Amino acid sequence: MQTRKITPHSLNLELFMFLLTRISGACIILFALIGMASALMMGARTQMDLGTLMRWIFFPNSFHVVTSVAEIEPGWTNNTWRIMQMLVALLGLTHGFNGLREVLEDYIKGNGWQIAIRILILFMWLFMLWAAYWLIQTG
Amino acid sequence: MKSRVNFISGLRYRGGTPMWVWMLHRISGVGMIVFISTHVIAGFLTHVIGNDAGITINTVYESIYFQVFIYFCVVFHTLNGARILVLDSFPKMLEYQREVIWLQWLIFIPAYGLMVFIMLTRAINGK
Repeated sequence: MQTRKITPHSLNLELFMFLLTRISGACIILFALIGMASALMMGARTQMDLGTLMRWIFFPNSFHVVTSVAEIEPGWTNNTWRIMQMLVALLGLTHGFNGLREVLEDYIKGNGWQIAIRILILFMWLFMLWAAYWLIQTG
Repeated sequence: MKSRVNFISGLRYRGGTPMWVWMLHRISGVGMIVFISTHVIAGFLTHVIGNDAGITINTVYESIYFQVFIYFCVVFHTLNGARILVLDSFPKMLEYQREVIWLQWLIFIPAYGLMVFIMLTRAINGK
């Protein structure tokens, strides 16, 4: 493990990702609260068990509630929820893969490895966004 | 730069609760990105491509052990992240960071423990 090199006083990648991590984290908590409130308004209190409600709060996808909601259409799957899912996926994956990059970069030595890991994580991030996009389209 | 501490001596560092929540934050973060990515890929394989490999992955993912672990990651990472957000926004509160961590555990234990109790009793009853 080694100390991180920091260049202060400019908007570099580290500062940008520092801010993005906090903002996206706060947004995901906000989306979770919106998802929970909406689910309860749509009748989750009588329809859902606790696990299903938790899955829905975490990611408001109709696949997550298909086992306990009698009628999926129209409340549980529409474009509002698709936009919500895309926002959660975009913010969550960016937050998560940046976090993975920060953890890995604490344990690697040398610029070559750093570049290799950044490229690998960039491609994993893009692939996951693409996969999540198509998954959301079908749900 | 050469590494000055190895993993074992790092663990022996007496950082107390702030050090342990820092470590748990990393472990839970990496846990989520690995397992949720796997779950998204499984869903992608099942619903977009129509391949059965996704069902196999999700059978493992939906087992009680994974669910208990993932639920720990999600709840702990959320609460600890919220604490970091609040302390970064109001740096004067850093003076009381140990007390804030105790408050965080006070919220975590019922939020996690109650859910795990329900999950385990349902798993034992075979529901």
